Amino acid sequence: MMSVDTKWTFDEKYVKEYSQRRGEPEWLTEERLLAVRLAEKLELPKPEKTNIKTWNFTSFKHDVTGDYGELKREELPEEVRVLLDRASEGENILVLRDGKLVYRSISERLKEQGVLFVDIETAAKEHGDLLKQYFMSHAVDVDENKLTAHHVALMNGGVFVYVPKNVEMEEPLQTIYWQEDPEAAIFNHVTVVAEDNSQVTYLENYVSFSEQDAVANIISEVYAKPGANISYGGVDHFEKGMTTSVIRRGYAEKDATIKWALGQMNEGNTLSDNTTILKGDGANADAKAVSVGRGKQSQNFLTHIVHHGKHTDGQILTHAVMKDEASSIFNGVSKIEKGATKSNGEQTERVLMLSERARGDANPILLIDEDDVTAGHAASVGQIDPMQMFYLMSRGISEKEAERLIIHGFLAPVVDQLPLQAVRERLTEVIERKVQ
Amino acid sequence: MATPTLKIENLHVEVEGTEIIKDFNLEIKGGEIHAIMGPNGTGKSTLASAIMGHPKYTVTQGKVLLDGENILDMDVDERAKAGLFLGMQYPSEISGVTNSDFLRSAINTKRGEGNEISLMKFIRKMDEKMEQLEMDPSFAQRYLNEGFSGGEKKRNEILQLLMLEPKFAILDEIDSGLDIDALKVVANGVNSMRNPEFGCLIITHYQRLLNYITPDQVHVIMQGRIVKSGGAELAERLENEGYDWIKEELGIENEKVGEQEQEA
Ligand SMILES: Nc1ncnc2c1ncn2[C@@H]1O[C@H](COP(=O)(O)OP(=O)(O)OP(=O)(O)O)[C@@H](O)[C@H]1O
Ligand SMILES: [Mg+2]
Repeated sequence: MMSVDTKWTFDEKYVKEYSQRRGEPEWLTEERLLAVRLAEKLELPKPEKTNIKTWNFTSFKHDVTGDYGELKREELPEEVRVLLDRASEGENILVLRDGKLVYRSISERLKEQGVLFVDIETAAKEHGDLLKQYFMSHAVDVDENKLTAHHVALMNGGVFVYVPKNVEMEEPLQTIYWQEDPEAAIFNHVTVVAEDNSQVTYLENYVSFSEQDAVANIISEVYAKPGANISYGGVDHFEKGMTTSVIRRGYAEKDATIKWALGQMNEGNTLSDNTTILKGDGANADAKAVSVGRGKQSQNFLTHIVHHGKHTDGQILTHAVMKDEASSIFNGVSKIEKGATKSNGEQTERVLMLSERARGDANPILLIDEDDVTAGHAASVGQIDPMQMFYLMSRGISEKEAERLIIHGFLAPVVDQLPLQAVRERLTEVIERKVQ
Repeated sequence: MATPTLKIENLHVEVEGTEIIKDFNLEIKGGEIHAIMGPNGTGKSTLASAIMGHPKYTVTQGKVLLDGENILDMDVDERAKAGLFLGMQYPSEISGVTNSDFLRSAINTKRGEGNEISLMKFIRKMDEKMEQLEMDPSFAQRYLNEGFSGGEKKRNEILQLLMLEPKFAILDEIDSGLDIDALKVVANGVNSMRNPEFGCLIITHYQRLLNYITPDQVHVIMQGRIVKSGGAELAERLENEGYDWIKEELGIENEKVGEQEQEA
């Protein structure tokens, strides 16, 4: 296997040229230049209980060149096509290969409603001023650590979603990010903005097919304005060689709601941060995530809800299945700030161990600086309940099938919440393969 | 078709090193309904679980023959496929698996590959049985027993019985937690199964259920074995007089096995 550069070789000159070649507005070029300078100085993040120092964050091909013309639906690879429902008039789909847009299908209705749903490259060129307001703003800072700086310096794909005031999108917006070149880095940036009292469902899939070393450094910023309602579904399934850092952050203003449903099925080492900031009074967050760890992979998942506003509600649910020698840390943090009176934070973390050599740590953490609140947590790490097995088998169901039913049921909270049939089925298949 | 038989011979069962069932003998034929009554802790659920093959219960002696074949060598699912059903005293809750998916899976495993029930047929059958049991249709899509009330769980056990149509059913306190109306509904469900191809063993504490399901035989269990058998009138006498007269008659001081052995 050919190894790519193992150290960080990207300098200001490289980044400037890259930005200009993409025709980006000056503010973005400047942000990238700042990020390059920061990257040198900043440290890697230090996730609780996982050592990521030996992980590969530097070995990848950044700017993949090649023929990236538009593809027809039937020219998409089978693994991508299975993620699409049968073609329909209402569908809204963007497919990006190695960061470049290769397929789009946008409904008339979306255009009529004035919704923007474009790849990030186009957004920077054509809607630069709008993007600028939200790019690395309240949700994520460029100088948090080395990886956030890397991300901005080398961002090479992503989408921008903008939903105007009072617009209620019924059909989900679907994106598929697929790695074709086995060394291609996925530095994907997703920005979703829902203006006052609007509503949108966004669903993304990440897929790769090669076990070669590469890096995914992903940031999603999700902004729900007063009264807005955002459902954000994500299914990650990168192959073994991919080291992933994925930050998905939401920022909810007054009476806004952000719902996450994440199927985190990567095969390689993964560092995940899913945070929602409940800024306004009456804001709600519901963060559901499921994962399966197998092989020797190491993963660290942080689910974090920060309550600032009064009467805010935050719900965290994490269910994970661990097998082989995989190791995962699940940190759930409900932080209730002083003044966030009458708020409620609840979390549940459950880990099902299918192997004695696997490691699964569930750490529910309540950080509460206000008296007038309610909060609760439940956590468990354990094996499949023998009573449940007996019950199912007493109806004639085989041991294997009973185990399968229990595991699928255990991971159902996220599967059931995903809006598209094809994606649900695909996730179910991935789970099937992983737990076998 | 020959009448099915379930024959329990000289059965001994241990739980965590303590013998709970001792030399238990009983034969049930297709078409018959037997009731087992007995004070708390005398081994009724242990008997039921051991027959079904619960891994916690160890059979140390004896046989359970279903149509002549010893089912004790079989795995739990094989016993079910051979025609045995256990309506449990405390049914498990399985999150994320809908009642309907679960039942279809159970029916299809029993029927075998290539002989699966068609979706339409399944839905029709399930609708019909749920209606018979006066269950709200929404229960088909609810997760298996999750958040069900005590009575709803029991009704759901009977739904499974009606859907799976076993040769023999053991119903462990199927009447506990049921209100009067539900009791009738459940009893009607069991009665609708009555035919020469089906035998049933009902474990209960109360005569009330037996007012609706008339048993052919009633057995009293103490110290892990049957100490008295009779007809439906035996249940009535127990309801009125309790168990003391039997204990007196047989010179039993302690109806529970474990404790008595400790004294010995
Ligand atoms: N899993 C177990 N572990 C330990 N002891 C057990 C277990 N199961 C049953 N026992 C003991 O065996 C004895 C018989 O219990 P069993 O549940 O069979 O009684 P029962 O007749 O069904 O009582 P009830 O009328 O209260 O349902 C009891 O003393 C009980 O504590
Ligand atoms: Mg009992």
